[in-house]
Formats: sequence, C-alpha cells, structure tokens
Amino acid sequence: MKSILQPLVTFGRYLQLMAKVFSRPERLRMYWKQYVKEMQQLGVDSIGIVLMISFFIGAVICIQMKVNIQSPWMPRFTTGYTTREILLLEFSSSIMCLILAGKVGSNIASEIGTMRVTQQIDALDIMGVNSASFLILPKIMALLTMIPVLVTFSMVAGFGGAYAISFAGILTPDDLTYGLQHSFNQWFVWMSIIKSFFFAFIIASVSAFYGYTVEGGSVEVGKASTDSVVHCSMLILFADIFLTQILS
Amino acid sequence: MIEIRSLYKSFADKDVLKNINTTFVEGQTNLIIGQSGSGKTVLMKCIVGLLEPTRGQILYDGRDFVTMSKTERTLLRREMGMIFQSAALFDSMSVLENVMFPLDMFSSMNLRERKRRARQCLERVNLLEAQQKYPGEISGGMQKRVAIARAIALNPKYLFCDEPNSGLDPKTSLVIDALIHDITVEFNITTIMNTHDMNSVMGIGDSIIFIKEGHQEWVGDKTQVATSDNQALTDFIFASDLLQKARKAFV
Repeated sequence: MKSILQPLVTFGRYLQLMAKVFSRPERLRMYWKQYVKEMQQLGVDSIGIVLMISFFIGAVICIQMKVNIQSPWMPRFTTGYTTREILLLEFSSSIMCLILAGKVGSNIASEIGTMRVTQQIDALDIMGVNSASFLILPKIMALLTMIPVLVTFSMVAGFGGAYAISFAGILTPDDLTYGLQHSFNQWFVWMSIIKSFFFAFIIASVSAFYGYTVEGGSVEVGKASTDSVVHCSMLILFADIFLTQILS
Repeated sequence: MIEIRSLYKSFADKDVLKNINTTFVEGQTNLIIGQSGSGKTVLMKCIVGLLEPTRGQILYDGRDFVTMSKTERTLLRREMGMIFQSAALFDSMSVLENVMFPLDMFSSMNLRERKRRARQCLERVNLLEAQQKYPGEISGGMQKRVAIARAIALNPKYLFCDEPNSGLDPKTSLVIDALIHDITVEFNITTIMNTHDMNSVMGIGDSIIFIKEGHQEWVGDKTQVATSDNQALTDFIFASDLLQKARKAFV
C-alpha cells in the first residue's frame, strides 16, 4: 500500500515546494542577480554542447535520409524536407531537452542537494530567507528564458550540419535548400518553442525538487542527481506525447 | 534573553528531549554540552526553528517562538545569526559577498554602505585580506571566522553556534572561542553554543547546561563545572586520561 501511495506523496511534496517557490520574493534585486547568474550558468554555458550535438545530428540525419529514403522514384528535395521536419518537430525541442535534462538537470539537483547537506539551505532559512524561492525560482525563470533560445540555436546548428554534409558532396546544396524550404510551415517552429517552455519548467522544477529534498550525504546527493535525470526524462517524454497531440 | 520552558521533542515514539527548562542570558556565552546523541543539536534546532518541538515554550525576550505566525518568525529570524558546524558559507560567493548577503537581503543600506559594513565585520574577525577569496580557497578556521562575520553583519540579538570548533586544531579553536565570547560581550548578544570541546567549556562557559539522554542533567558555569559532584557530568568532562590525571593532581 505504501509503495502505491509513494508517488502521490512525492507529488504532494512537489506541489508544496512549488507553492513555496512561487511566493512573493523578499528582495527582487537579489532574485534578479541570481536570475542573470543562472542564465549564464544553465543556459549560456550549454550553448556549446547544444551547437555541437545539433550540428552532428543534423549531418547524420541528412546522411541517413539520403541513404535510406532517396531513390530514383523520390524527388531530390526529400532529403532536405525530411531532415527539416525531424529537426523542427522532434530533435531540436524534445531530444535536445532530454539531453539538457541530463546536463542541466543533474547540475541543478547536485548543486541544491550539496547546499542542503552542507547546511547552506539551513543557513538561508535561519536568516529568514525563503530558501526554496531564492534558490529555485531564478533557476526556473532562467531555464524558461534560455531553453527556447537553445532550441532555436539547435535548429540552426542542425541545418548547418546538413549543409556541411551537402558541401561534402552527398547531395547538392541547392537540393537541400529546396527541400528545407519545401512546404515550410512556420507553426512547426513555434510548436517546438512552445514545447520547450514546458520542458524547461519540468527540468528546472523536478531537478530542484530532488535536490532540495535530499537527506543524508554525498551518496544521497548522487542518487538525487540520478533520480532527477530519470524523472525529468520520463516526464518530458510523457509531456511530449500530450503536447504534440494538442499542438499538432 | 531566551527562556526554554517544559520543552519536549519526540521523533516517532522516541523522546529525544524531555522537559528542558533553562534561561539563556544576554551578554553571556551560554553553552549546551553533552555526549554525541544526547539531544543538544536537536535542542539547538528547536530553538532556531529548524525543528518543531512536540510541546513547550521558547521565549525570545518574552515572545513565544513556537506559537508565532510564519511572518513573525521570519521577522524574528532577522535578529538571529548562526554559525554552523560546517560554516555553511555559500560556495558560489566570495568571502565579501557571503558577509554582504544578509545585508543585501534585509538592509536598506546602499551598496557602498553594505560593502563598508561587510568590511567592518571582516576586519572584526581579522579577515579583511581574504575578502576576494572563495570559501574553497580558505582554511576551515578562516571559514568559521567568515561565518562569524556573516552572522554579526545585521547586528543580531541572538547568536547560535553549532559546534563551531569541530574539525579545528586546539589553537584555532581558542581563537574562535575568544572571538565568539568577545563579540557576545561587545554587542550584548544572547549567544548559545553547542559544544563538547572542554577548552570552550572551561574558557568561555559563562553559563552551561549539560544534557544527558534528552534530560537537563546539570546547570552551572565554568567555575562550578570542574568541582561538581554530579557523576554524569564528571564522567563526561573528565572522560580522557589526561584530564583525569589533571583532576587528580588538582584535587
């Protein structure tokens, strides 16, 4: 019975924490400072990995499409067209957010978890600071700001990878350009960005929850970090199904 | 002044604190001593509100902390400073930023005044030269001194120290003890210090409460502690061979 109720208890504790997080900030200036710092740490510092992964995945998708789909019966623009659809609809939003759940989510959980076990959160509480809000709200706001930007960068880098392959001679840049532009629906870009807002909230809030509720020492911090990545990934995948259904 | 009246704390069905009654006076270093697991950390956590007591009263100059509203507690907390066993400095901030943090959050001073006040506090603990360093770059003793500077930044009325000498060499421990005692007298703070360091007991124990298995076993001060006939206290104080020999020689 206890194991059945456990997810409900955890969800209840998550909601309680979120209620604390979204209470009125004590000193907006300090929150703003934290927000800018978190944008740098969680967002700007992730640009490199996002660009690199997206570039190579864009290139690989392009090669795979060319090798597996292109045939004399298919138009030459098919490779570019399918590459664009994969990048816009799934890779740059969902898959990139799964990758960021690993990088950023574990960072958030371990940072807050370490603060918990080294009594830094207790120190904030004793000073009369709403530690949940002070530590978590700027992270949520920073990710809500930066992840849509990262998703946009990912799209551009993915197309860059596809072009790099076209210049290597696998298909002509003109065919790729025509395919990328063929039947372009602007809504797909917005859909990716809208989805990324939800994923950003999941990554920041769930990881922070696991970090904030750590009890014990370094082993528990490590476990919280792992749990946060697993649960963020699962929630992103579930949310992706619903959001795709709603937004398509 | 902090008064504790009939304080009890239980975890599940285990009573960790049983009927604690004591008064911590301002301008004095009030020590809570006892073996590991005796309940002194739980008592400290109840006093500062990190744990809720099962029953009893904690009166801060007559204001009952247990029955206070959340807002009243938040306001009262601004009159508290705390030094943790692990110093609990914010890793991502420099020494100066750590000391400035409570001022940034709660004072109405401008940036120049906040910096000046933070530097005054750092000067008070002789650490002005380390202001640009990060906690990871300074020694444990220096971290404790930064924690003291941070704790006094807002001129607290109440100072709590949870085993501040833990992990420090005897000489540095004496420096920390002296600093805490001097600040307590200088600013007329009600200081409560949790310790099992005998140097602290003998050196700065203006008032001492000895906790054994959750009970308040003995109350006194540093002049009475060595000559007390309380067997449990004597066993605790003179646990080491060296101190036993010293006591025999003294007696």
